[in-house]
Amino acid sequence: MSPKTRKTLVVAGHGMVGHRFVQAAIERGLTETYDVIVVGEESRAAYDRVALTSFFEVGADELSLLPGGQYDDPRVRLVLDTAVEGFDPETRTVLLAGGEVISYDELVLATGASPFVPPVPGHDLPGCFVYRTIDDLEAIREAAAGARVGVVIGGGLLGLEAANALAQLGLETHVVEMAPRLMAVQVDAAGGATLARHIEKLGLKVHTGAMTSEVVEKDGRVGALALKDEEPIPAEVVVFSAGIRPRDTLAREAGLDLAERGGVLVDERCRTSDPHVWAIGECAAPGGRMYGLVAPGYAMAEVVVDALLGGPGEFTGADMSTKLKLLGVDVASFGDAHATTVGALELVFADAVAGHYKKLVVLENEAGDGTVLIGGVLVGDASAYGVLRPMVASGIELPANPEDLILPASRGVPEIGLPDEAVVCSCNNVTKATILEHVSREETPCTDATCVTKCSGAGSTCGSCKAGVKKIVEDHFASVGKVVDRSLCEHFPLTRQELFDVIAVHGYTRFDDVVEGHGRGRGCDICKPTVASILASQLNGHVLDAAARTLQDTNDAYLANIQRNGTYSVVPRIPGGEITPEKLIVIGEVARDFDLYTKITGGQRIDLFGSRMEQLPQIWQRLVDAGFESGHAYGKSLRTVKSCVGSTWCRYGVQDSVGLAIALELRYRGLRSPHKLKGGVSGCARECAEARSKDFGVIATEKGWNLFVAGNGGAAPVHARLLAGDLDTETLVRYLDRFLMYYIRTADRLQRTAPWVDSLEGGLERVREVVVDDVLGLGSELEAAMASHVEGYFDEWAATLEDPDKLARFVSFVNAPDTPDPHITFREERDQAVPGDSAGPVSLGASIPVGAPQ
Amino acid sequence: MTASAEPDSRVTTVVCRLTDIEVEGGVAALVVGEAVAVFRTYDDHVFALSNYDPCSRASVLARGIVGTRDVDGTQVPFVASPMHKQAFDLRTGQCLDDAAVQVPTYDVRVGDDGMVLVGGRTSSS
Ligand SMILES: Cc1cc2nc3c(=O)[nH]c(=O)nc-3n(C[C@H](O)[C@H](O)[C@H](O)COP(=O)(O)OP(=O)(O)OC[C@H]3O[C@@H](n4cnc5c(N)ncnc54)[C@H](O)[C@@H]3O)c2cc1C
Repeated sequence: MSPKTRKTLVVAGHGMVGHRFVQAAIERGLTETYDVIVVGEESRAAYDRVALTSFFEVGADELSLLPGGQYDDPRVRLVLDTAVEGFDPETRTVLLAGGEVISYDELVLATGASPFVPPVPGHDLPGCFVYRTIDDLEAIREAAAGARVGVVIGGGLLGLEAANALAQLGLETHVVEMAPRLMAVQVDAAGGATLARHIEKLGLKVHTGAMTSEVVEKDGRVGALALKDEEPIPAEVVVFSAGIRPRDTLAREAGLDLAERGGVLVDERCRTSDPHVWAIGECAAPGGRMYGLVAPGYAMAEVVVDALLGGPGEFTGADMSTKLKLLGVDVASFGDAHATTVGALELVFADAVAGHYKKLVVLENEAGDGTVLIGGVLVGDASAYGVLRPMVASGIELPANPEDLILPASRGVPEIGLPDEAVVCSCNNVTKATILEHVSREETPCTDATCVTKCSGAGSTCGSCKAGVKKIVEDHFASVGKVVDRSLCEHFPLTRQELFDVIAVHGYTRFDDVVEGHGRGRGCDICKPTVASILASQLNGHVLDAAARTLQDTNDAYLANIQRNGTYSVVPRIPGGEITPEKLIVIGEVARDFDLYTKITGGQRIDLFGSRMEQLPQIWQRLVDAGFESGHAYGKSLRTVKSCVGSTWCRYGVQDSVGLAIALELRYRGLRSPHKLKGGVSGCARECAEARSKDFGVIATEKGWNLFVAGNGGAAPVHARLLAGDLDTETLVRYLDRFLMYYIRTADRLQRTAPWVDSLEGGLERVREVVVDDVLGLGSELEAAMASHVEGYFDEWAATLEDPDKLARFVSFVNAPDTPDPHITFREERDQAVPGDSAGPVSLGASIPVGAPQ
Repeated sequence: MTASAEPDSRVTTVVCRLTDIEVEGGVAALVVGEAVAVFRTYDDHVFALSNYDPCSRASVLARGIVGTRDVDGTQVPFVASPMHKQAFDLRTGQCLDDAAVQVPTYDVRVGDDGMVLVGGRTSSS
């Protein structure tokens, strides 16, 4: 193919919408015909601006929408840290800040918006900030370190979010709002008052109806904020959040049409007044109106990709509904929140004690025999949002007692039938029909809401519709007569978590009591190992103790891993992968003497294969004598904590990763859990230990450790996500103790940490609330549970070797302990023994003398 | 090792005491040259199956977990293969997950002296 046949598409701006555009261009095949060049002014690739405030907790990496820093498609070139300075529609060229000139066939403007800073005197003093980019937040954090009081100018959605951030940075925080109430755009007067009460209870000071007259200078910096008709507020930090303005300068200078109130004027295909220039996101004004939310921007991105592919897509306006949590207060507004429609009626529920304010805006339907929902406001408890918002869009009839929809949740979520075309997830434009398609499709249909979210995107952006998605999925299964059965197995009508609680509450120590009290039958290969694991987590007993022995899964039953020919593999623990030559030699000698196939594992230890069951005690005697312990490779328990070599040797290392890995491996060794657990520790950001592919991964920073959780390798690899950053070792261990115990207590059987986190309402955020913020007050209980594990730890193999009862089971045949099982054969491959193939049952014949039992 | 000769069903092998088998556990025994898995259920019944799991082609069934499964309202005692978890009816050797698979069963009883006695095959497959 000649290069001439490929066209060039330039995207100006790599923000949320620009990124979505490129993703869609790749997914929908636009890059088959276009080379795409994306030019972004910020030094970082696109990140989740909606979640900007969480930067203070999780850092920049976690917010990134393009963690690798590059698109997978080689036909996309990403240029960062470079502004587009201008473009010429005549010659179809763009000029970059470095002087580079690029010819384009199509140009997409995705330059977003910038905060509006009112031109009050002193607005540009050091100490004045806006709240839009990660760089802004970094600067605010730095300034807050030496400050006592901060003021946010603007009491809208973003202003309150900024105020939240200042408060969390430890500043005495004031919010100054010109309008008579907070969030004037979204909520009504009563809702605004409820919100203000909530916020003041949290220690913030709200000044409504207040006009800023000047930022007062002191020693060349911000010293105070002067207000009209009010005392000045002494402050060292001022954040302007008084609205945003579309960044339309490029278009203006190129002579394109702009909207009256700013923004690049585009038609319903998002095309500007020049046919080869398009505008999307907050810089664009379709039909003259700009949209300050991300969902409409995403829709515009899809429309332009569609147009360039010759499709019919159009942007015809967007749902401006909002739901957010501000300082722990739920706020939502949707549809005609201010009841401006003629004939609209308001239905209000207010609970001053709980701080709830809920309003539905309803309208009589055309036939005059019912009402429809056209909008609403929820403050304090927005749980009904997921159900209500789609009702507005679909215009369905309200139930006879519409107040049921907003009364306290104790009455349960009301039954309402959404029409199929109702948009349930407005961020990703997923309708009820699409959700139903995923649960009812022929091939591997989704069986729960988590899967639907994964497959359809519904609930994956802002998450506010998750409850709605779940309800639709459950209703569907109920309607087809399929009970969403969360029972462990036929013997227990309980989930693993419920079983865990039942056992803890009753203090059970034996399976028999558990199954008699709460189950039926005699159990099976599913519930028995589950109960065994729960008992092990709670009691720290030996897995081969009489009461627990017959409950153990194959591998736990013999403290080794069964292999295809019925032999076992042996894995001694090598904490952190560090081993002395002497110990290494012992492993080699044991392997040689028992003719064991030897292989290095991915977890930095050594696996010895081909031990007959009856040889295990002899092999372990030698290993225990040399100072080895069980590696628990056979258990649903901690496997290894892998490490890189760390600061001790590595010239890049910033912390002692080996030391920490060993400490963690020793701390959590023997811990029984719903599934296997793996950890990793890297001594610097190069991440040579691959810690982010583990259930818990620790990566060293200059200041301490970043803790990542819920990753795994295997068939469905997941990168661990940041739970908390820059921790000292003590805090790190405390969080890890809590995280692991919380997982052990609440996860399903065989559910690894990644799907467990996803299954929690609130996901990783929930984990952070429980583990870091300790909102459930469980922290010390979880730590105590871990402390008791650590104290109670003993080496299972050493204990087994000392106990004749436990050893008695390690025989080939009860009545012929000296006769090896003839079914086990070996052949040689690359100088080592490997399993021979079985040709069927083997008989030794009657000639072999059989010892009579003693 | 010699090729399999039909075991003499008149021979009875004393394999161990009943108390040598854990409740809801199993042991492997050598019975006239064959590997036999002997199980003890919760109600102290004993059952004997070939130890050879035809699904995984390994001699391992005695090491499986013993429990019950509801089959059309009856609580069927079964062992789950430790290899891939297929369930086998302890009474008949029938694989409960695959109608085409069955393992041989053996006569077994507990003598008055508490010893477990295994006889010849009761079924073949
Ligand atoms: C704190 C905060 C909270 C928010 N919360 C929500 C919310 O809860 N829900 C919601 O829907 N929306 C929310 N928003 C709004 C949302 O972030 C925006 O709607 C969205 O980011 C718009 O995407 P965009 O790509 O149009 O603009 P942006 O994400 O701003 O991206 C534009 C990019 O273009 C770059 N750029 C500009 N000019 C040039 C140039 N000449 N050359 C090269 N690059 C250039 C900019 O530097 C920027 O990186 C929030 C915003 C903030 C700041």
